[in-house]
Amino acid sequence: MTETLTRPPVDTPPPPRPTKRRRRAVAEEPGKPWMIHVPLVLYLLFTLIPFYWMLVFAVRPSGSTQLVPWPISLEHFDTVWNDIGFGIFFYNSVVMGLGVLVFVTILSVMGGYALARFKFRGQRVFLLAMLCSQFIPGAMMLIPLFVIFKGLGLLNSLTGLIIAEVAFQLPLSLILMSGFIRNISVELEEAAMVDGCSRLRAFFAVVLPQLKPALVAVGSFAFIGAWNQFLFALMFATKQDKFTLPVGLSYTLGEFNTDFGALAAGGVVAAVPVVLVFAVVQRFLVQGLSAGAVKG
Amino acid sequence: MRTRTWAPYALIAPTLVLMAVFLVYPIGSVVYYSLQRYNVTQPWKNGWAGLDNFKQMLFDDPLFWQSLAFSAKWVFVEVGLQLLLGLVLALIVNETFIGRGMARALVFSPWAVSGVLTTGIWILLLNPSTGIFQQLSQWGIGSPGTSVLGNPDTVFDALVVTELWRGVPFFAILLLADLQSIPKDLYEAASVDGASRWRRFTSVTLPHLKDAIILSTLLRAVWEFNNVDLIYTLTGGGPANQTTTLPLYVARQAVDSHNFGYGSALTVAGFLILLFFSIAYLRLSKFGSRA
Repeated sequence: MTETLTRPPVDTPPPPRPTKRRRRAVAEEPGKPWMIHVPLVLYLLFTLIPFYWMLVFAVRPSGSTQLVPWPISLEHFDTVWNDIGFGIFFYNSVVMGLGVLVFVTILSVMGGYALARFKFRGQRVFLLAMLCSQFIPGAMMLIPLFVIFKGLGLLNSLTGLIIAEVAFQLPLSLILMSGFIRNISVELEEAAMVDGCSRLRAFFAVVLPQLKPALVAVGSFAFIGAWNQFLFALMFATKQDKFTLPVGLSYTLGEFNTDFGALAAGGVVAAVPVVLVFAVVQRFLVQGLSAGAVKG
Repeated sequence: MRTRTWAPYALIAPTLVLMAVFLVYPIGSVVYYSLQRYNVTQPWKNGWAGLDNFKQMLFDDPLFWQSLAFSAKWVFVEVGLQLLLGLVLALIVNETFIGRGMARALVFSPWAVSGVLTTGIWILLLNPSTGIFQQLSQWGIGSPGTSVLGNPDTVFDALVVTELWRGVPFFAILLLADLQSIPKDLYEAASVDGASRWRRFTSVTLPHLKDAIILSTLLRAVWEFNNVDLIYTLTGGGPANQTTTLPLYVARQAVDSHNFGYGSALTVAGFLILLFFSIAYLRLSKFGSRA
């Protein structure tokens, strides 16, 4: 693999990244069908069997061992939603997920725009600090954050959870967003400003409409991350009426060792919204990453 | 557009404040706590400890070394397999075929599922009395009552497979994003020159993916090192601390024992180790040097 082709070596320098063609997948000519389909089907089985197993446990009556459950019973959902309190956990998770989504999106657009369109003192330090923040273990933050939260009276509050999660997610989202904004050509914006638009107006009229895929990518990234946040939620929410779904589920794991139906139904409640969101936005996610994060 | 103005500072101000209060200050205080005797359950002993916590960690705490060794094994195996499988998966779903959008949505979906939920799903699947092995044994494959999670010989494999289930998709998403930015003419040029499929992969695809591979293995390694939720809920670090990673040990010290001083020392050690290996990895891989 070390010999070179007769063409000039292709690895240096990197070819310019196509900007207009991003929506279209750039693939090689199709390979032999079995080379795609056999591994794909195998991987699909690995992916889907666990999901199916959970679904089956959730909808068949206790004691049944059918692999294709019929008739479907909703008794387990009734148990977890009303008796165990997944209704409340669900509400908390939705509030937290949406809160984080809103703040992360707005703040990362603001900061991303600053990084992409301005040159300012301290820019490199700021960027470096955000990159370094990726190396901080979540577990490492637990002790000081616990002390801070206690001091601010933010223990057992969704506000506190939202703030912590926003702070934790913001650096990566901001880097992603600035990569995206940098890829939007600056000429239209400048033209609008020459025509007398304020910078703010130029942003809303010219940049924002083109940012839609990035907003979807960053927003859904933030939502999914918040929905799944476990460590902070476990640590900072000790009262049951402030539990989020992962925390509620972790207690279900311990308490209902034998009640697999309840565990599965709780799992479905926690999985369905986030998997649906993901299925809808995954192509934006790939786009967003290829624009911003991978090559910074 | 490059005028001197207060605008960028106003735009990053909220981020700066959040990072200062919830990231920078906590790091500083962890370092400070690590030099203190700070245990909520024994407040009368609290005070300056100097390097005592670190001495205890290095010389009198076999569990520190054990958890560190397990962390290393976990990261190495998990990230290696994720890179291999993630690359294959990304290459597959980058091909053109009918139903590709659907296939992508399905194979990537486990990534959206949280660690705790992943645990729940796999506990259902691996349970000896109602799980997949019981079902298979009814069809005459394997023996009934196989318990992979309760058996010390298989618990590691079960953990690895479970984490692969949700980890491979994310690796594949990252690599797919980069695969899509390879200009098609490079392949056409290579084809015209008579390069085989394998040759095009090693001479066009891999060099192009190099940076993405470096960055994503690094990110994953850091994340897998710091991963708490899955192992915490699947094994709780057991049996007999066999699956306790360093962050799990930290969390146990902080949450269960309220030993904030010693827990902080452990986290400082973890942070330094991550930093050391990250810098070494970036240096060795010559990341960014071609610019």
